[in-house]
Order: sequence, then C-alpha cells, then structure tokens
Amino acid sequence: MAESSGSVKAQTRRQMLSEFWFYFSENTGAKIGLFVFIGLVLIAIFADVIAPHAANVQYRDALLVPPVWQEGGRWEYILGTDAVGRDMLSRLIYGSRFSLFIGCVVVAIAVTGGVTIGLIAGYFRGWVDMVIMRVMDVILAFPSLLLALVLVAILGPGLTNAMIAIAIVLQPHFVRLTRASVLNEINREYVTSARVAGAPPFYLMTRTILPNCLGPVTVQATLSFSNAILDAAALGFLGMGAQPPTPEWGTMLAEAREFILRAWWVVTFPGIAILITVLAINLMGDGLRDALDPKLKRT
Amino acid sequence: MSLLKATDLCRHYEVGGGLFRKPQILKALDGVSLDLEPGKTLAVVGESGCGKSTLARVVTMIEPPTSGTLLIDGKSVRQGDPTLRKTIQIVFQNPYGSLNPRHKIAQILGEPLRLNTDLDAAERRRRADEMMERVGLRSEHCERYPHMFSGGQRQRIAVARALMLDPKILVLDEPVSALDLSIQAQVLNILSELQSDLGLAYLFISHDLSVVRHIADEIMVMYLGRAVEAGAAKEIMDGSAHPYTRALISATPVADPARQKQRIMLTGELPSPLDPPTGCAFHPRCAHVTDGCRSAAPVLEARGSGAVACFNPL
Repeated sequence: MAESSGSVKAQTRRQMLSEFWFYFSENTGAKIGLFVFIGLVLIAIFADVIAPHAANVQYRDALLVPPVWQEGGRWEYILGTDAVGRDMLSRLIYGSRFSLFIGCVVVAIAVTGGVTIGLIAGYFRGWVDMVIMRVMDVILAFPSLLLALVLVAILGPGLTNAMIAIAIVLQPHFVRLTRASVLNEINREYVTSARVAGAPPFYLMTRTILPNCLGPVTVQATLSFSNAILDAAALGFLGMGAQPPTPEWGTMLAEAREFILRAWWVVTFPGIAILITVLAINLMGDGLRDALDPKLKRT
Repeated sequence: MSLLKATDLCRHYEVGGGLFRKPQILKALDGVSLDLEPGKTLAVVGESGCGKSTLARVVTMIEPPTSGTLLIDGKSVRQGDPTLRKTIQIVFQNPYGSLNPRHKIAQILGEPLRLNTDLDAAERRRRADEMMERVGLRSEHCERYPHMFSGGQRQRIAVARALMLDPKILVLDEPVSALDLSIQAQVLNILSELQSDLGLAYLFISHDLSVVRHIADEIMVMYLGRAVEAGAAKEIMDGSAHPYTRALISATPVADPARQKQRIMLTGELPSPLDPPTGCAFHPRCAHVTDGCRSAAPVLEARGSGAVACFNPL
C-alpha cells in the first residue's frame, strides 16, 4: 500500500513536471534564457577553477592591456586588463557570484516580506488593508532607484545595505500581487469549506489560501531577480553599493568610467555581462509565466 | 425533538455605503423559521436571489444571523460552542470550486479530522479510505488531485468530506445543479443511501422541483427572503395554495407528451430586495392580486398540515 501510494505520488509529480516542461519549452526564448542562466550559475560555482587569475591581483606590467584580438592584446589576459592591471575576465567571472548572490538575497527578503504583508492585508481587509496598501502606494510613488539611493544614504554604503534597500523597494509589488490573489481566492468555496470544517484564521491563511496564490508570485520573483541585479549594479556604479575592490559588475563600471574613451573594454564587458544576465532571466520569467498561467493552458 | 430549529432568522447586509452616503440595507433573509427532524429532508426552493443560499450560510454558521434564534441539536449557536461545527456540515453547488486544487483527496478528506480531533495521520487516512468507498469511489483515489476527477466524482468527494466529522445535519446547497442529468441521479441515490444508513437530516436547497420531488419530505418555498409556503412535499407538489408555488411547479418540465400542460407564466423579474414592493412581495407578479395584497403583507398561517402566506390562497 505504502509503496503503491509512493509510486502514484512520484508518477503525478513526474506528470506535472513533464506538463510544465512542455509549456515551458514551447517558448524558445525561455529555453535559451534557462540555459544561459544555468551556465551563469555554473560559472559562479566554479569561479575558482575557471578564472585564469585571482580577482584582485594587479599585474604592474600589464596596465590597460586590450583584449587578445586587438593589437597589443595578450593571451594571458583574454578580455584585457583594467587600469591597475587586473584581469577583466577573471573579475567578470568572480563578479557573477555577487550578482547571483544579490539576486537571491534580495528576492528572498522581498518575497517573504511582501507575501506575508499581502496575505495579512488581503485576509483581514478593513483598516489593516487600508493602512498597508497606502504605505505601499507611498513606496511605489518614488522612483525605485532614487528611493534605494536614499535608503543606502541613510544606512551607509555597502553591499548588504544596498541589498536591504533594493528589497524594500521591490517589496510593494509582491504585496499587491499577493493581496490581489488572496482577494480572488478567499471567496472561493474551498476556503468557505475549510472554514466550515473549523479552520482557524492562521491555518486558512497559510495552508488553504497561500499555496493557491503562489503562481503569479513565482513569476514576479524571477522578474524581480533581474531587477535586483540591475539596481545593485546601478547603486554600485553610483558608489553606493559594493565598494572597490569588490569585482561587482556595477562597481567595475564605476571604476572604469574615466577610461571610457581610451580603453573601451573596461566598460563594455561588465555592461555586456549585466545585459546578458538580465536578459536571460527575463526571458526565463516570461516562459515561466506562460507555463504557470492556467488561462493560457490548453487542455 | 427537532435537530435544527430556526425562528425568525434574519440576515441583512449593508450595501453601497460611502463616506458621505448612508448604506442601504439589503434584507437577504427576512424572518425565516424552519424545523428539521432527524432523518428527514427539508427542501428549500425558490428562484435565484430569494435567499436560499444565504439561509444555508447562516444555518452552517458561516455568517452570523442579524436577528432571530438558531438552535442546533438544542444548543444555541450564539454561545459559539465549537462542537456544533461537527453537527452541521455543508456541500456546495460547484464541485469545481469546493475542493482545494492544491491538496490531495486524502488531505481534503482528512482536514476536518485534523482540525477537530486528535486522531493521528494513519487513522485519518484509514477513515478517508473508508469514506471514499462509502461514496462509491476507490480508496486509491485518495492519492490524486481534484482536477483528475469528473464533476460527479468531485461532488461525491465533497459529500465524503462533509461526512468526515459524523454530522447529524447536512446542508446541501444546490448539490446537483452543476451536474448533468445522469450524474445527478447517481449523486442523489448516494445521498438517499447515506441518509438511511446514517440517519442524516438534510436541508436541501434547490431551484429544481423535479429533483426536490424525488428527495424531499417537506418543502419550504421562499420568495424575496421570506417563506411563502411550507408543508409536506406531497401536499405542496399536488395541491399548493400559494400562487407563486403553483407557478414554480407549472414551470417544471414533465416527461409525458400526452399530458396537457398548463403553464402559468410569471411576468416581470424578481424585485430588488433593496426596494421590495409594498404589502405582499409577490403582488406585482401575481395573477390573483387584490387591493389588500398591495397594502399589507400576509404572514404564514397554518393551512392543512402546512402553512401559507397569502390572502387569497388557491
């Protein structure tokens, strides 16, 4: 009996997974995005193995060496070196760690906070809802980067504070999304049915309603992941995020600002890294939305 | 002794209130009394919007009544006795909405036990398996999700869930109107079987009189939040006294081509409960209306074994 129920369970899970993959893989962009993202994760994990040089070693004999394919380029420094002789490729590889770390932490904070607050607002309605949603409206009324900048200015510059600031800025989207889903679900009959069965409010919120609201939140979380990376890079560029000599892509851009005309590679490559990462995650998020949205599903 | 006794039950809603506007009062339920004996079926019939479902929600303690008293198993619901939850359970109209799509059937059936008893997981599972077989499904189905079942199967699962706590009263809120005809009969048969096996009392809410004829012992006809006629099912189906009941019955299709059909056509719509007509609420649509109907509202008066609220009963 236990064995058969286990196999049925595994079977339904496999079936759900294959159905998910079917809808996800219909979207070519999403597939490409997924592969690029997996590649990025692997690069971040194995940075120590892949990177030809350490991130912060300065080679005094190789200041602003151009990439290999240009005249004066050297095979030791494939993508060239920056103004103090650090290998660009190695710094970009180590930088992927920071970007993914920022994305994960920011999304985790924003999702936990946002979903909890949204659930409370949607479940209790009334004045609680009023107060929460007006506060969220106020946060949304500020340009997001400006607000993050102000928060970092208050908290003090640094990667941790930048992540907290970005999480606070992204949070209202999750609050609104969760609240809307909760309002949608709370009047469904299965919720009433759980209430008739004697479910207390906390049980209703976390066990009955929440699992049915997570689809759109998942999609928003992927899209916020790229937003977080972008905002962190912007804060880094403005000198409010990760501090030098951290090989964070935005910070690298800021350090290279003065050489923009003399050495194009010091600004171009970090920019391209940010672009590719954000694009890949956004494509993946689109595919995820298509795969998870029941309205787009054909039966 | 009656299992469920409601006296002058009212449920009013405030609607459309703004910052500077006084909300209007919507009387969804306006003084309904009923009495349900163990093992019996009381059918509540009426058009959409007459307050049937509100009655179901008040009786099952989903919403508190605005006024009136409600005794379940002799105990008043106002004291908030948690054991009363186990006494009365509900089955909803839409089997596609009443089962949590993220839970497996075992979880759906086990949930009421988990919330109300100290039984461990194995025992809950055993009872869920047992109940599945009772409603004619197999116990292996417990491992599946609701979307893997048809409408009729889902409705049987909903019935099974409602029965998990051994209630004495089951409120059936249009339990078969979302199902097609052959499945309706199947579900109704299971309901009758369960009633005779477990001695359940049913409060059966429906707009479909051919279903009601099949299952009810007593009938209460509602119009705009009030009962207009009540009595034994046979008496009402064969010779009702209220013009509205007559019209409802004449609108039920009968599968007998030889029968001469005398359809009583009602004109107009159900009036808005926000602005009910003066006097008898039914007078704008009634063929037998007199001046008295327009000025005063009739109350339920005993007639035969039942009661009717009409000045000119037929």
